Amino acid sequence: MTGAAIHLDDVNFAYPGGDPLHFSTTFEAGSFTGLIGPSGSGKTTLINLIAGFEEPASGHIIFDGVDAGVTEPADRPVTMVFQDNNLFAHLDVFTNIALGVSASLDLSGDDKARITTSMEETGLSGLGKRLPRELSGGQRQRVAIARALVRDRPVLLLDEPFAALGPALRRDMLRLVSNIHKQRAMTVILVSHDPADVKFAATHAAFMDAGRVIANRPVDALFSASDIPGLQGYLGT
Amino acid sequence: MQRLRTSGPKPAVLAGAVALGCIGLAVVTPMLALVAVAPAMPDLSADYLGFVWSITKFTLLQAGLSTALSVLAAIPLARALARQATFPGRRIVLRLLALPLALPALVVVLGLIEVWGRQGWISTIVQATGLAGPLNIYGLSGILIAHVFFNMALAARLLVASLEQIPPENWRLAAQLSFTSRHVFRHIEWPVIRSALPGIASLVFMLCIASFAVVLVLGGGPKATTLEVAIYQSLRFDFDPPRAVLLAALQLALCAGLFVLGGRMATDIAVMSGVGKPARRPDRFASRRTDALVIAAGLAFLALPMLAIFLSGVMAPFSVIVSQSVFWQALTTSLVLALTAASLALVMAWSLLAAQRTIMRRRTPSRAASAFMSCMQASGSLILVVPPVVIGAGWFVVLHRTGLANSAAPVIVAIVNALMALPFALRILRPAVVGQAQIHDRLCASLGLSGLQRWRLVDLPVLARSFALAFAFAAALSIGDLGAAALFGSADFVTLPLLLLQKMGSYRSVEAAGIALLLAGFCLFLIWLAERLKPGEQNS
Amino acid sequence: MLRLLTLCLAALLALVLPASAKDKLTVYTYDSFVSDWGPGPKIKTAFEATCECELEWVAVADAVATLNRIKLEGAGSKADILLGIDSSLTAEASATGLFEEHGIKTENVNLPVDWTDKTFVPYDYGHFAIIYDSEKIKTPPASLDDLVNGDPDQKIVIQDPRTSSPGLGLLLWIKAVYGDKAGEAWTKLSNRVLTVTPGWSEAYGMFTTGEAPMVLSYTTSPAYHMVAESTDRYRAASFPEGHYMQIEVAGILKSSQNKPLARRFLDFMTGPGFQDHIPTNNWMWPAGKTSDALPDAFDKLVKPAKSLLLSADEVNANRKAWIDEWLKATTR
Repeated sequence: MTGAAIHLDDVNFAYPGGDPLHFSTTFEAGSFTGLIGPSGSGKTTLINLIAGFEEPASGHIIFDGVDAGVTEPADRPVTMVFQDNNLFAHLDVFTNIALGVSASLDLSGDDKARITTSMEETGLSGLGKRLPRELSGGQRQRVAIARALVRDRPVLLLDEPFAALGPALRRDMLRLVSNIHKQRAMTVILVSHDPADVKFAATHAAFMDAGRVIANRPVDALFSASDIPGLQGYLGT
Repeated sequence: MQRLRTSGPKPAVLAGAVALGCIGLAVVTPMLALVAVAPAMPDLSADYLGFVWSITKFTLLQAGLSTALSVLAAIPLARALARQATFPGRRIVLRLLALPLALPALVVVLGLIEVWGRQGWISTIVQATGLAGPLNIYGLSGILIAHVFFNMALAARLLVASLEQIPPENWRLAAQLSFTSRHVFRHIEWPVIRSALPGIASLVFMLCIASFAVVLVLGGGPKATTLEVAIYQSLRFDFDPPRAVLLAALQLALCAGLFVLGGRMATDIAVMSGVGKPARRPDRFASRRTDALVIAAGLAFLALPMLAIFLSGVMAPFSVIVSQSVFWQALTTSLVLALTAASLALVMAWSLLAAQRTIMRRRTPSRAASAFMSCMQASGSLILVVPPVVIGAGWFVVLHRTGLANSAAPVIVAIVNALMALPFALRILRPAVVGQAQIHDRLCASLGLSGLQRWRLVDLPVLARSFALAFAFAAALSIGDLGAAALFGSADFVTLPLLLLQKMGSYRSVEAAGIALLLAGFCLFLIWLAERLKPGEQNS
Repeated sequence: MLRLLTLCLAALLALVLPASAKDKLTVYTYDSFVSDWGPGPKIKTAFEATCECELEWVAVADAVATLNRIKLEGAGSKADILLGIDSSLTAEASATGLFEEHGIKTENVNLPVDWTDKTFVPYDYGHFAIIYDSEKIKTPPASLDDLVNGDPDQKIVIQDPRTSSPGLGLLLWIKAVYGDKAGEAWTKLSNRVLTVTPGWSEAYGMFTTGEAPMVLSYTTSPAYHMVAESTDRYRAASFPEGHYMQIEVAGILKSSQNKPLARRFLDFMTGPGFQDHIPTNNWMWPAGKTSDALPDAFDKLVKPAKSLLLSADEVNANRKAWIDEWLKATTR
C-alpha cells in the first residue's frame, strides 16, 4: 500500500473555552513531514483531527479525495503511535501487535507470518512472549511501530513517540521509521519538539504557530527560509 | 464529494440508554400501578400539609447532621489510614469498613444499643466513674450515632480509595519540598478529598434519608418521624397508596433537587496510573502517633458494636440452627438471590459506565448527550431514596394483574436488591473505569477495539479486581437486605434475614443472633474473597 | 457475567416451581405463623390428613400486610382464606366487601367475651400485658394507673401504634380505660417510655438484652420462657383495670373458588386438630378445646380479671383520631 495525500480544507476547531484553531494545508502522498512549532501551537490537535480523535467544528479532512467526515478512528486510513500508553500492559508483545491485524485476534497463518516479519523489521525477534513491563522504553515503542506496520495503513501518525528516549536511541528509532517510510512509501507525519530530528529523518517540515500551519515545505526549503514569521524566533537562529 | 462510511449510534450508548430505561421503568411503573389501584386524590388539608412540612424538616435535619458528622469523622480516619499504608491489620480494618452497610439494620441497632444503650458498656463505665447517670441516646443523638456508625465507615472507605490514587510523584515532591502534615493536607490531600466529597456526601445523605429501622428504634418515638417512616405507615397501615406515592415523589424530588445543587460541585476523582500498591509516604513517620490514635478511636467506634453482635451471636446454638432444613433453604435462596442481584447490578452499572465513557470520549458532547449523562449519574443515586415498600407493593400489583405474582416475585426481589446495590457498584467501578478509559480509549479507538472484543481483551482483565469488589459488595448488600424479600413473602421464599426476623418475632432471639453472626461472617468472607484477586495491571 | 445471570434467574424460578395440582386451599397468613417452629406446618399435616386436598400457606410479613395484600389483589386474589388479622382490623376488612359470611357453626369457639361477628371466626386470643424483668424490678406496677404514674427512671419499651399491632393494642387499652383522658395519660406515660419501636421484635429484643426492664407484650410471653428456657424471670404485671384483648381471626374470601373446602377448614380450625398447635407454637390462648390440658406454664400465667375490647366498628371509625391524639400527647 502506498501513502495517501491528506488535505485539510478550512478545518476549524476549538476546545471548550480555548482559542479557535484553523488548519488549511496538504500533506503530499508518500511524504514524511516533521511537524514543529512552539508548545501549544496545535501540533497534537492537528494529528488528533487527522486520526479522528477530535471532530472539526467545520471544514473537511480529505484522504486521497475522500472526505473522512465523522468516521471512527479505526476506520480511517490512518495508524498512530502515541507518546505513551501504546500497549496493553496485561497482554504480551505478540498479542499487542496482533491486535493491529484483527481486534478479535482471529489470525491466519499468513497473519502470523506478517507479525513475525514486522517484529524482525523492528528488532523485536524473540520477544513475543514478553509483557510490556519487561521491556525497555525503546522496545515498547518498537512494539507500537511493529503494530503500525501490520495495520498496513497509508498514513502513519507519530505523536512525539521518542521524546522520552536518549539521543542515540532516538536516532535509531528515527532511522527505523525512515526506512519503513522508504520501503512502504507511507505518508508519515511526525510531531517533534526537536528540529534536528526532523532534519535527520523527514522529507518535509511544517511549522505551526498559534493554531495555524504557517508553512509546509520540503525540509531544506523550510529550514533555510527567511519569509516564515515566527520560525526564526522558534529555532533561535 | 465522496464520504467515508460514517458510524451509527454506538452500541455502548444504546446499552446505557436501555439500562437507564429499565431503571426508570422499575421505579416509575410501581408508582403508577399504586395510583391506579386507588385513584383518589390524597388528603391535602392544611393539617396534613403541616404534618408533612414538619416531618420534612426533621428528615432534612437528621440526614444533614448525620452526613456532616459522618464525613467530618471520616476525613481524619481516611487520612490516617492512607498515610499508614503498611501497619499490620490494615487490610482487616479496611474490610471492616465495608461491613456495617451490609448488615441488616436491625442487627446493627441491637449491637449499638448493647454498646451505647442505657444499660450498655459505655453507660456502665460512665456510671461506674460516678460522673453521670445512665446514657440516654434515644432521640436525635441515637439516630446520629447509628448513622455515623453506618456511614462514617463507608465515607472513610471511599476516601481512602481516593487518597490512594494520588500519584507517587506527588509524595516525592512533597518530601523534596519538606512539606509538613499541614502542607500535605492543603496542597495534596484536600484537593483530592474535596473532589470526592460531593459524591460521597450525597450518597451518605440519601442513605440517611432512606433510613428506617434506625430512625424508628433509636429515634425514641413519634417525634422522630421521617418521610420514609410516613411512607411506610401510609402504605402499610393506612393503606393509602396515593398518599404513599405522593410522599415518595416528594422525597424523590427533594433529593433530586439536592442532587442537582450538589452535582454542580461534583467533579470526577482524577485517577492516575501507578495504582496498585499504596504509596510509601514521606509523612508516615512524623504523624505516626496521632494516626495510631485516630485509627484506634475509629476502630473502637466501629468494632465495639460489631463485637457486641459477635458476642451475642457466638453463644447461639449453632447445632440447632444448622439442623433445621429451613436454614439451608434460606441460605440457598439468599445465595441465589445475592448472586443474581449482584450480577444484575454489575450489568446495569457497566452499561451505564460504558455509555458514559463513550460519551465522554468527545470533549465537546452535545447538549442531549450531556443531559443523558446527568440522568445516568443521577439515576445511580436517586434510586436510594425510592422506598422499597413502594417499589415492592407497586410491582406486586402489576404482577398480580398479569397473573405472575408468585413465580416472578423472586425475580422482582432480585431486581430491587440490584437497584439498591447499583449506587455502590457504580461508585466502586467508576474511578477504575474512568482511569482505564483515560489510558486505553485512544488506543482502542485507533485499533477498532469496541464492544465485546474490548470487553474481553481489555476491560475485563484490567478491571477484574474492581468488578470483583463491586460484585462482592452488591452480593453482601443483597444478602443482608430484609426489605425487598419481606414484601413478597410466601412460605417457600425465605431468605436469611427473613429467617432472622422470624426468629426474633417468636422469642428466638438467641438463634437470631447466631444467624446475624453468620450473615456478618458471610459478608466479610465475600469481601475478603474479592480482595484476594490480583490487582489489575495498569499501563506501562 | 451474563451466563451467571441467566443461571441465577433460572435457579430463582426453579425455587418457586408450582407444586402438584390436588384440590388446593390457599390461606394467606403472617409469616411467624408458618415458620418451622410455628403452628402452620403441623396444622397443614393435620388438616391434609382429614381431606384429599392440599393446604398452601402464603405468608406475608404481618397481619396488616396480609390484609393489604388482599386489598391490592382485590377480587382477583387467589386466596381462599385470610387467617391472622386481629379484632381491631375486622371492621376494616369487612368494609372492603371482599369477605363473605362464614356460615359455619361456632359452638366450639370459646372466648372470654362474646363473639358475634358473622364474617370472621376466632382461632386464638391473648391479652396485652406489661412484661417485666423480675431481676430488675422487685415491685412491678400494680395497675395501669401505677404504670402511667410510676418512676420515670424505670423505663419501658413500647411499639408504635402506627406500625405494630401491640402498639395499637396499648393505644386502645389506654383509650378503653381512660376514655377522654387518654391524652393526659399518654403524656405522663411517655416519661417512662425509653423508646418506641416499629414492631414487636425490636422491642422484645431490647427487653431481653436488658436495655429496658419492661416491655409491652402479651400475658402469654412468660410461658415461652418457662417452657423453652425453664425460667420464670420474665413475668407479666396484672392490672385490675383489665387487659386489652387481641383476638385473631380467619375469614373466607368472596372470590374463593373452593368455598366448601374453605368452610371445612374454618370448621376444622375451631377443633382440637388445629387448637392443639396454638399454645406452644403460637404462644397464644386457644379459642377452642384442645385434646390435652395446656402445659403447666399456662396455669402460672396472669389471667386478667377483666377483658377489655372496644367494638371493631368503633376502632375503625376512630383509629385515625386516636393516633393523632397519641401523637399530640407524646410529641409535646
